Amino acid sequence: MPKKQISLTVNGRLVEGLVEPRTLLIHFIREQLNLTGAHIGCDTGHCGACTVEMDNMSVKSCMTFALQADGSNITTIEGVANPDGTLSALQEGFRMMHGLQCGYCTPGMIMRAHRLLQENPNPTETEIRYGIAGNLCRCTGYVNIVKAIQYAAAKINGTAFPEAAE
Amino acid sequence: MNQQTPIDIERSERTDKLQGMGCKRKRVEDIRFTQGKGNYVDDIKLPGMLFGDFVRSPHAHARIISIDTTRAKALPGVIAVLTAADLKPLGLHYMPTLAGDVQAVLAEEKVLFQNQEVAFVIAEDRYIAADAIELVDVVYDALPCIVDPYKSMSPDAPILREDIKDKMVGAHGPRKHPNHIFEWQIGDQKATDEVFSKADVTIKEMFVDHRTHPSPLETCQCIASMDKIKGELTLWGTFQAPHVIRTVVSLISGLPEHKIHVIAPDIGGGFGNKVGVYSGYVCSVVGSIVLGKPVKWVEDRMENLSTTSFARDYHMTTELAATNEGKILAMRVHVLADHGAFDACADPSKWPAGFMNICTGSYDIPVAHLSVDGVYTNKASGGVAYRCSFRVTEAVFAIERAVEVLAHKLGMDSAELRMKNFIKPEQFPYRAALGWEYDSGDYPTAMKKAMEAINYKQLRQEQAEKREAFRRGETREIMGIGISFFTEIVGAGPSKNCDILGVAMFDSAEIRIHPTGSIIARMGTKSQGQGHETTYAQIIATELGIPADDIMIEEGNTDTAPYGLGTYGSRSTPVAGAAIAVAARKIKAKAQMIAAHMLEVHEDDLEWDVDRFRVKGLPEKFKTMKEIAWSAYNSPPPNLEAGLEAVNYYEPPNMTYPFGAYFCVMDIDVDTGVAKTRRFYALDDCGTRINPMIIEGQVHGGLTEAFACAMGQEIRYDEMGNVMGASFMDFFLPTAVETPKWETDYTVTPSPHHPIGAKGVGESPHVGGVPCFSNAVNDAYAFLGAGNVQMPHHPWRLWELGESLGLYK
Repeated sequence: MPKKQISLTVNGRLVEGLVEPRTLLIHFIREQLNLTGAHIGCDTGHCGACTVEMDNMSVKSCMTFALQADGSNITTIEGVANPDGTLSALQEGFRMMHGLQCGYCTPGMIMRAHRLLQENPNPTETEIRYGIAGNLCRCTGYVNIVKAIQYAAAKINGTAFPEAAE
Repeated sequence: MNQQTPIDIERSERTDKLQGMGCKRKRVEDIRFTQGKGNYVDDIKLPGMLFGDFVRSPHAHARIISIDTTRAKALPGVIAVLTAADLKPLGLHYMPTLAGDVQAVLAEEKVLFQNQEVAFVIAEDRYIAADAIELVDVVYDALPCIVDPYKSMSPDAPILREDIKDKMVGAHGPRKHPNHIFEWQIGDQKATDEVFSKADVTIKEMFVDHRTHPSPLETCQCIASMDKIKGELTLWGTFQAPHVIRTVVSLISGLPEHKIHVIAPDIGGGFGNKVGVYSGYVCSVVGSIVLGKPVKWVEDRMENLSTTSFARDYHMTTELAATNEGKILAMRVHVLADHGAFDACADPSKWPAGFMNICTGSYDIPVAHLSVDGVYTNKASGGVAYRCSFRVTEAVFAIERAVEVLAHKLGMDSAELRMKNFIKPEQFPYRAALGWEYDSGDYPTAMKKAMEAINYKQLRQEQAEKREAFRRGETREIMGIGISFFTEIVGAGPSKNCDILGVAMFDSAEIRIHPTGSIIARMGTKSQGQGHETTYAQIIATELGIPADDIMIEEGNTDTAPYGLGTYGSRSTPVAGAAIAVAARKIKAKAQMIAAHMLEVHEDDLEWDVDRFRVKGLPEKFKTMKEIAWSAYNSPPPNLEAGLEAVNYYEPPNMTYPFGAYFCVMDIDVDTGVAKTRRFYALDDCGTRINPMIIEGQVHGGLTEAFACAMGQEIRYDEMGNVMGASFMDFFLPTAVETPKWETDYTVTPSPHHPIGAKGVGESPHVGGVPCFSNAVNDAYAFLGAGNVQMPHHPWRLWELGESLGLYK
């Protein structure tokens, strides 16, 4: 199949690639850019393990062609740590609140939460639950994922999150 | 409270520093997982790696007339297409299952379930492989199929397994019909029948624990890489039991076991799905051996849900006999077990129905009888333990539903009925009617604590009022209170009754202390999210006084880890956890000798103090474990080997028996069938608690999977054997919106035979949760005369139930 040239910004770096028109963004990211944080869990857009941020929107990269990302600005899980390499508030929140177990959904979940907090810096529990409804987790039962996001929101806002002290 | 002395404070600071057992240590694994730096199978890229994909049958039962691979092979980028004809000369078109049956790797003359593997295409990339499977031309002649297991043994049923149709004795005894797999019986039938014939009250209901799927978020996948020069095969895969996989691959392929390197990297959840051996593994191995190149196989979600290892599909006719006062006298159960097209259950070899004989539950039932008939149908094979020990969810579902039905018939409160029949604390160790010896338990204490926490009496009162209001037409909402008091049986198991393909179900640990006092330890188990790297280090930290942060845990590489049977059936803590403690104690014994030499005292004059040996009565004279480690390599005592390490292969003397009391409060809108869980309270007793944070996380996850199973998740087939809804579009995985909030609680009754008293917890919430949800739904509708309402309880089914009860007139 003939290939097309694309260029886009991924985690702040300009990258170029040759892709088939049918190449999925998730495969481009994982196999050409070797950024394997985003995962494939369902092929139908339901699980959200492949979630990345594209032009300030959460997208499911298994439902997006790489060509559609031409010229876009993408952030993946590999691009959200603090500039000094320490864990971001969300990454730290997931660890502190035990918001993950097998880790497979985690990159997608964190990327979704990342966008959620950009759009709503102080979400209620219900808003968090609806906000991450496009991301499935098989291990945690979500209670601690919600807490992880609350932890991060509090840390970013400089407010108190009582359960963080435990 | 006693005033803490400075010595106490100093000691407790040293203890805290270790991050040992009992503390909420944050997980080591999370550092990489939160940064997208996990290493899962599909993340691995090897030079020259090829991709395999399956051509699958659209029919549930059909004769294969021809397979033409010409067009596929002509597609640029396609390297090979394997069919049964290629595998047959190698004797690999069938493979042995863990249950003593054989299973087609690639279908030869017939296909026996929809999506069965027919051909394996190997291509340069996954897109070309996907194109090529469309170009393999297979001509089928469709045959009548069996979907309903109750029709499997009809005289006119089509014979499914022609390959074994004349074999009238199977791996587990005589077969009654060509579609019969086994009959398994246990208990005293005559005595049981006698009690039933004379009992005041009996109940009999058929409970269906319907077919579902473990469905981890990462599907099953592998990479086989054959080095033809060295004659060595490396196999990366999503393996819950990597050592068993190595042995099986050796037995199947004929490659010597030492030339097979099995590596299970990070695994994205397992829940029982990743125990067995699948066609994809065998075909990748064959492909790599033939081509001399790495072959990767990655299941897609539809393949996962419709082919690799379903769970449940147990049809359990359950009877209880009791006195008018509610004392249960006997239990009688018959199970019709739908195993699909091949018997590929992942049970210990001698247990064709797993540990279904734990079905007398938490109750002192003097006599019981259980029989199980396994049958073939035109469905996918499997029968794995989905987040439970072998068939334990099924067993607990049968007894916990039956107790509710009995209470209803007696007009008794079901909590009171349970209390009346509990095995009493003083009866432990308790020998149950169907053979198991329960190690420890205190059921009444757990039940009372749970009832108080949930304010049970008040809930029943509220329910009575709501029912009156419903009858008066003031509300269309009904309220259900679900109860489940479960006893699990985990930690398989003692070699006298537990083996997999002849390998006893021990597990192992190897601990090595380096000269500077840090540790590497390896186990025969394999975490799939349980957090072994974190919790195993906590056990060692407490046992050896080395901080958990200085301990590296490694699993999954069969070249370096000691042989073990893997992680499933909540066996990691009961078996490998015990091996860790025993290995650590061997090291400690040697450390004591070294310390005695260093301090120039007799060993018996030393005592252990958190992280050091000190001279009795002279606490200022001590040697820390770190100092001892250096000495072990620098100046070991005469007549003692240098080094400080130990291995243990732990043979458990018994299973462990975690238990718990669960309560669910549910409000159901009868007009929409939408059920809302108002409260779910889970009290678990898993013995000694290693990391309460991780235990709580496990309980949350198990309850969520129980919620899914009870309230919607199902693998259904239509009458043509088409699998309905094998994608996340239809297969119910709850999101954060539907999932109830969980309340957790605990009691601690240590296991008397386990070195650290721990019992295992990962599966309890699933085992206890499923009947709890179902009991809540059944309880809600009971006053409307609903009788036995079968799972899954999704809104459509509940709406149908409402209609059948005449609620919409």
